[in-house]
Amino acid sequence: MASRAQPLGAIHWTGAVLAALVALAVLGPLGAVMLRASWPPTLGPADWAAIRFTLLQAALSALVSVTLAIPVARALARRDFAGRRVLVTLMGAPFLLPVIVAVLGLLAVFGRAGWANDLLAALGAARVDVYGLQGIVLAHVFLNLPLAVRLILQGWQAVPSERIRLATSLGFSTADMRRQFERPILRAVLPGAALLIFLICTTSFAVALILGGGPSSTTVELAIYQAFRFDFDLGRAALLGLVQVAICLGAGALAFGAIRGHEVGAGLDRPALPWPGDTRVARALDAAAILAATGFLLLPLAAVLLKGLPALTGLPPVVWEAALRSIILALASTALAVALALPIALLVTRLRRPGLVEGLAFLTIAVSPLVIGTGLFLLIRSVTNPIPLALPVTGMVNALVALPFLLRALVPAAMEAEATQGRLAEALGMRGLARLRHAILPRLRRPLGFGAGLAAAFSMGDLGVIALFSTPGQGTLPLEMYRLMGSYRTDDAQGAAVLLMALTLALFWAFDRGGRLDAVTR
Amino acid sequence: MLSLDKLRFAQDGFTLSLSGRIARGERVALLGASGSGKSTLLSLIAGFERAEAGRILWAGTDITAAPVAARPVSILFQDGNLFPHLTAFDNVALGLRPDLRLSAEDRDRVADSLSQVGLGDHAGKRPAALSGGQQARVALARMLLRDRPLALLDEPFAALDPGLKTEMLALVRELCAARGLTLLMACHDLRDAERLCDRLWLLEDGAKVLDLGLSGLRDDPPEGLRPWM
Repeated sequence: MASRAQPLGAIHWTGAVLAALVALAVLGPLGAVMLRASWPPTLGPADWAAIRFTLLQAALSALVSVTLAIPVARALARRDFAGRRVLVTLMGAPFLLPVIVAVLGLLAVFGRAGWANDLLAALGAARVDVYGLQGIVLAHVFLNLPLAVRLILQGWQAVPSERIRLATSLGFSTADMRRQFERPILRAVLPGAALLIFLICTTSFAVALILGGGPSSTTVELAIYQAFRFDFDLGRAALLGLVQVAICLGAGALAFGAIRGHEVGAGLDRPALPWPGDTRVARALDAAAILAATGFLLLPLAAVLLKGLPALTGLPPVVWEAALRSIILALASTALAVALALPIALLVTRLRRPGLVEGLAFLTIAVSPLVIGTGLFLLIRSVTNPIPLALPVTGMVNALVALPFLLRALVPAAMEAEATQGRLAEALGMRGLARLRHAILPRLRRPLGFGAGLAAAFSMGDLGVIALFSTPGQGTLPLEMYRLMGSYRTDDAQGAAVLLMALTLALFWAFDRGGRLDAVTR
Repeated sequence: MLSLDKLRFAQDGFTLSLSGRIARGERVALLGASGSGKSTLLSLIAGFERAEAGRILWAGTDITAAPVAARPVSILFQDGNLFPHLTAFDNVALGLRPDLRLSAEDRDRVADSLSQVGLGDHAGKRPAALSGGQQARVALARMLLRDRPLALLDEPFAALDPGLKTEMLALVRELCAARGLTLLMACHDLRDAERLCDRLWLLEDGAKVLDLGLSGLRDDPPEGLRPWM
């Protein structure tokens, strides 16, 4: 069977070259890490402890996230109420939220002087400590619960309404519904959701940086950072980088296998359907699940806003400078991500090989940003001093991280544009830039705007590579916020958090809105 | 007898308003364009939608507000009739016991029902391993097993190829006649109606505009039915 019907144009060849460059940008640093890793590879007790802790916290985070998500998804699937759509949309917000802002919000609620601990103290109970394993798991659950809810809800929503009506007409009880609907749905959805969250949590750096760090709560990524920043032991950092790649490859292979074909967020706007076997107790439990999840997700954000807004006007100049640097960095990495994604997406439509997208996504996830950053540092160091290049390197890594998301948004739309407009453009003799400009790009505006918004938001909130090798005067807004938190300037950190949250959401909104204006959807 | 007494339902700018009677054992086709109200009428009778006015009576008993499962109704949809994780046997058995706790006698009845639709040898297969026609037969076997006197068919064979559809309609006709079932079938094709039913209701914009017997119809068709011929 022929794999492509039309010859490749200049834009497609550009896409092929860029795809190869992306692979090189990931594999090159990985190679540098492999060469620099201490040989023979011997892991010390602290390294083994970091590996154990990485796997433990990721497994616990995944388990708690999906367990708590089940009642929330079930409630959202079978209850229609005012604000349901808003709540489902809000479930996507933590995806955009800078991790450091989320952690600060959680500290405001669950920290030593947080609202929850104040309540415990008022009730005469002992205060709980949010640092260490429990804090890291709490933060990961906060960040991933919405994703788990959306994935499980998608399983519910995929059930044809006729089948639910059939169950009603057959007189299904609550137990029958659980047996014939809920269990098969959960069996199909839970492994993928849990593995995806496990994978995300194995690569989560900022959470462990802020809430972990002691000998008993250091993840592999954090150990790389410590070997790099504190000990400048490049051999050990590289060896740990390889360990991290091995963990991600294992978790990634499992997760990709389990979620292949799932389109996260698809069909979530379907209204809830009346559920057979409904009881008053079920209604009360659903209401409790929805209220608890909403409170858990909104309280930390409300705390950031309440505590941060008054501090906004008194922020030190270094924060505003960092904010400007972050905006420029976000715009640059977004531009780079779009410049990479568009030709690659068009190449995919012509080759009809969606595996290319999955391959690139797998590569950028398996080799975590921190490992790429370490490798790039080693590569650049062999030529010149890498420190002044911290920001360009961060921008490049951020673009690579955003690339899979942009491709996910662009490829289906580009396929559709080719299917609906491609033949007409061919018949009219439209080629090259004219075809791209008039036949294809108008159809891609909306996903391009959305994808660019995601790329900008990721870059704006990133606290990864920049932490690895930036010096004072090069800090981005998340890094300055982290430094403020580290020096116990909590008010300023909270003000910076509000600024960071506002700028991140504003950038996402501006790109997404720009894509929607005059977008051609039919 | 099924009586629809000044039934009225309105939603999103669409209004269904009709009355009618169907004798026990009679088979009536609901013919009409998409959006004419065929599926809505079936949903009202099955209890998935609630009428804002009027009554639905079966054998003189008012079932307008009866719970779905308590109505004398079995329904077949166009899609989603089967649970993909269950075998053909279990899918049919749900019609008897939703909790699938079956006695030996129940098992015999399920097996009989599958045999009646010609699927005795396919009981252990899941829907994905069955053809479209076989899946329709499994759903039909469950409908028979439920033994409800009123069968509602919401274009269940629309996705089948013409030969298979004709075969299924003949099978339904035979089984309904043997059990004395009353039947309402929504359809788009007059030939399907002629193959299965005795009478035809033509629906337009939520109203019944024609109600006539199907025998000898083609000799002198009324004006409103000509576009459908």
